[in-house]
Amino acid sequence: MRSSSSHLKDLDYSVVQQCMHCGLCLPSCPTYVATKVERHSPRGRIALMRAIADERLEVSRTFGEEMYFCLGCLACMTACPAGVNYAELFEHARAEAEASGVLRSPRRNLIRAVAIHWLFSNMNRLQTVGRLLRLYQQLGLQDLVRRSGVLKLLPKRLRELEASTPEIQRYFSSELIPTITAPAGQKRYRVAMLTGCAQDLIFSDVNRDTVEVLARNGCEVVTPAEQLCCGSLHAHNGEWNSAQELARKQIDRFPPEQFDAIITNAGGCGSHLKHYHKLLADDAVYAERAKIWDQKVKDIHEWLDQIGLEPPGKGAPGGVVTYHESCHLAHGQKITAEPRRLLRAIPNLQLVELPESNWCCGSAGIYNLLQPEMANDLLQRKLRHIRSTGATVVATGNPGCLLQLINGAKQEGLPLRIVHPITLLAEAYRRS
Amino acid sequence: MPTAENTLLELARITGGENLLTSQEDLIPYSFDGTAALQQMPGCVVFPKTTEHVAAILRWSNQTKTPVVTRGSGTGLSGGSLPIKDCIVLCLVKMDQILELDRANLTLLSEAGVVTQSISDAAGAAGLFYPPDPGSMKISTIGGNVAENSGGLRGLKYGITRNYVMGLEAVLPDGEILWTGNKCVKDVAGYSLKDLFIGSEGTLGVITKVLLRLLPKPAAKTTMVATFSQMERAAQTVSDIIAARIIPCTLEFLDRTTIHCVEDFAKVGLPLDCEALLLMETDGHPAAVADEAARMEQIARANGAVEVRVAKDEAEAAALATARRSAFSALARVAPTTILEDATVPRSELAGMIRFVAAVATKYRLRIGTFGHMGDGNLHPTFLTDERNKEEMHRVEEAFKEIFDEAIRLGGTITGEHGVGVAKKSILPKFAGNAQMRVMRELRRALDPNGVLNPGKMFD
Ligand SMILES: Cc1cc2nc3c(=O)[nH]c(=O)nc-3n(C[C@H](O)[C@H](O)[C@H](O)COP(=O)(O)OP(=O)(O)OC[C@H]3O[C@@H](n4cnc5c(N)ncnc54)[C@H](O)[C@@H]3O)c2cc1C
Ligand code: SF4
Ligand code: SF4
Repeated sequence: MRSSSSHLKDLDYSVVQQCMHCGLCLPSCPTYVATKVERHSPRGRIALMRAIADERLEVSRTFGEEMYFCLGCLACMTACPAGVNYAELFEHARAEAEASGVLRSPRRNLIRAVAIHWLFSNMNRLQTVGRLLRLYQQLGLQDLVRRSGVLKLLPKRLRELEASTPEIQRYFSSELIPTITAPAGQKRYRVAMLTGCAQDLIFSDVNRDTVEVLARNGCEVVTPAEQLCCGSLHAHNGEWNSAQELARKQIDRFPPEQFDAIITNAGGCGSHLKHYHKLLADDAVYAERAKIWDQKVKDIHEWLDQIGLEPPGKGAPGGVVTYHESCHLAHGQKITAEPRRLLRAIPNLQLVELPESNWCCGSAGIYNLLQPEMANDLLQRKLRHIRSTGATVVATGNPGCLLQLINGAKQEGLPLRIVHPITLLAEAYRRS
Repeated sequence: MPTAENTLLELARITGGENLLTSQEDLIPYSFDGTAALQQMPGCVVFPKTTEHVAAILRWSNQTKTPVVTRGSGTGLSGGSLPIKDCIVLCLVKMDQILELDRANLTLLSEAGVVTQSISDAAGAAGLFYPPDPGSMKISTIGGNVAENSGGLRGLKYGITRNYVMGLEAVLPDGEILWTGNKCVKDVAGYSLKDLFIGSEGTLGVITKVLLRLLPKPAAKTTMVATFSQMERAAQTVSDIIAARIIPCTLEFLDRTTIHCVEDFAKVGLPLDCEALLLMETDGHPAAVADEAARMEQIARANGAVEVRVAKDEAEAAALATARRSAFSALARVAPTTILEDATVPRSELAGMIRFVAAVATKYRLRIGTFGHMGDGNLHPTFLTDERNKEEMHRVEEAFKEIFDEAIRLGGTITGEHGVGVAKKSILPKFAGNAQMRVMRELRRALDPNGVLNPGKMFD
């Protein structure tokens, strides 16, 4: 039985011991390829984790920093023939680093307190902050502030951050989507829709499109107005207890027994949502339900592929699209063929393969905020490949990737449309 | 004693501080290679960027008698790049440029740290072909391949790394730079020193550049998979194919355990209900390929193959080869420690050797998964064990001894391609005999009188 405690030492030793150091994962690891230093490779990181489990190494600041230099992209899991569960090791390693306090600094503590404990633990707060930001943008204050030159007073990093503040949507999901959406035609399934947190603030239109597409495919869609964060941000950032708490609340909010599927359209969330059982394995009350929950959670592409997509009659006005794979969709959930099949089902849309399509774009949760240099290198690499395809539309199934690519295209002045595959499908349905 | 302060200063001066690693967290990831159950902490890791860096580092280490362990990507399977306690690890992965591709002479000149796959890709992009393809090719370095004289999946028809090295640059332990070989197809001027460095496992010098021979890319290729209900039938198929005067480029074998592990990872649709699987590939002129493929299929069927599947396109062929390359790592799915054997016998003795290995495994109550280069007489029976189980590890050692003895008795060798390193060090003298051991020792002493390069490896 896997442990639900947060420490490397308590982790089942077979997980720690699984890596047989063959090195076959190295060429798939973006941080190794960029540095050629073993410590920045999966094999090296696992060796450090094992050294801690074996008490050959103390949890140190360097160790903690290394765990945050890792993108958590999980490309190593796809590459590893030996079946090493890097995702589990990585979450435990970050939790270990957090618990030991080696990384504490006043600035970091503040950021984490605000972002992880305060903001993303409570959707009301997140929406309130979103509303303020929306007001700031709508009233033209952002332009005013930007023109005034006040920003020059900010440190460089903060200035860059301000430039990349996402545009908050005019409406949140709850303002766009009714609690119950009836299926078009005969009801085949009853599903729940998770609107997510980042997705809800910045891409609530994608949520609306997802619900539309589901209804079009015979699903009755239940979308409660008040939703929670799935806890992936917490688990990936070493906040094990918060992640467990959020998982319990989710299960209560969406009793898995009542739905045929629980739908997410964010690759990063889905990858975490499907592993609640592991998180709650030792929870006497929730462990069993978490198992059912894990089976019911479906990424939207996966679900549509499973139930058989109704082909849209009319498609795009014509155009070339390429597909960038979200790490947690491709490596975390192994969903690679489904989104491509979905895009190919749209008439007039020509899908061209993106070289290195499953190489991280550098967004990686909040990685781009913490490791701007590495994140930017990865973004440039991605944009170079996108340019090589000649596509005018880039489809990708995760809000972090969408944001990263939108910002990248803006910075470089590239005339690209960056869009969720489901939006393209919804548009096609609307046209037909 | 950790690396001396003045040595660290000197290494940083030579290569720049960013190319020297000294913290615990940086060194632990270099404290092992691909070999199971071996670990030792180095004193530091340094990344030279030029041959001159390597020369300066070796001059210093030779003066101060500081041991140096050369490392490529650390995928070796005999402990060759396993550190000596507190040594300098000289890691060549940042010498990673392909310097020249000569289309007129069909050669490629590369720095030692270039990954094998990149060489294969560069040759392929020019319509040429670099045949040696060890299972680790997507990350192993060409320097490591030369130092181990690595084989691969195409050994049967195309030979091994040695057959493709036309020249090399090596830095001797005292820092002198030596170039041996050239682009000439023929060259008999003096001893063939390049051959001395091929397979030298980092003991005689540090290889910094390699001049490789390329071939024209074969015009056609057919890949197929045949499955059998008995291991002997697969072995017989291999013998019959060769007896029919067909030399396919690949005749690779997987047993039941390995098939299951590989399929679990690669999901390429390998049939799970069989005892043995042969991956066969023939390449060359399209007409010859078509003819050979048909005959190979016929021979497999005549030997009772349950199924013969022909890859329908290049993508499927590549997926099958990739799946085969993952065999060793995939076996780790079923046991925490995988120790693989590399004993090799003349092709004609293969069937007997396979039976012997199976009997030894039963005798010592050990689990094995076997795969390997059947066409080369080089199988890798892999013991699936747990290094923490001391009693079982002891039985593994006993089993090994018997397997080596049998391989030698059948006119084979204790290692076909993974090298001696530390894993086979204790049995090399028995295999090589006194005369060979004496010559090897004297050669090594002549080149490395202070014993700074990979001391304690291969032999003392
Ligand atoms: C999954 C897997 C599959 C494998 N498949 C095969 C296979 O099919 N066939 C095969 O033959 N081997 C195979 N191997 C073994 C291994 O990959 C090869 O021996 C490879 O050539 C090692 O390359 P490397 O760059 O990792 O060298 P390392 O492991 O770093 O070093 C190997 C040895 O070479 C020395 N060395 C490295 N670079 C230099 C240099 N520039 N100058 C001098 N000495 C040097 C080191 O000191 C050491 O003794 C496999 C290994 C794994 C993990
Ligand atoms: S993580 Fe997997 S692929 Fe990477 S070194 Fe370990 S066993 Fe090999
Ligand atoms: S998660 Fe990504 S960055 Fe981290 S070790 Fe694996 S491949 Fe490398």
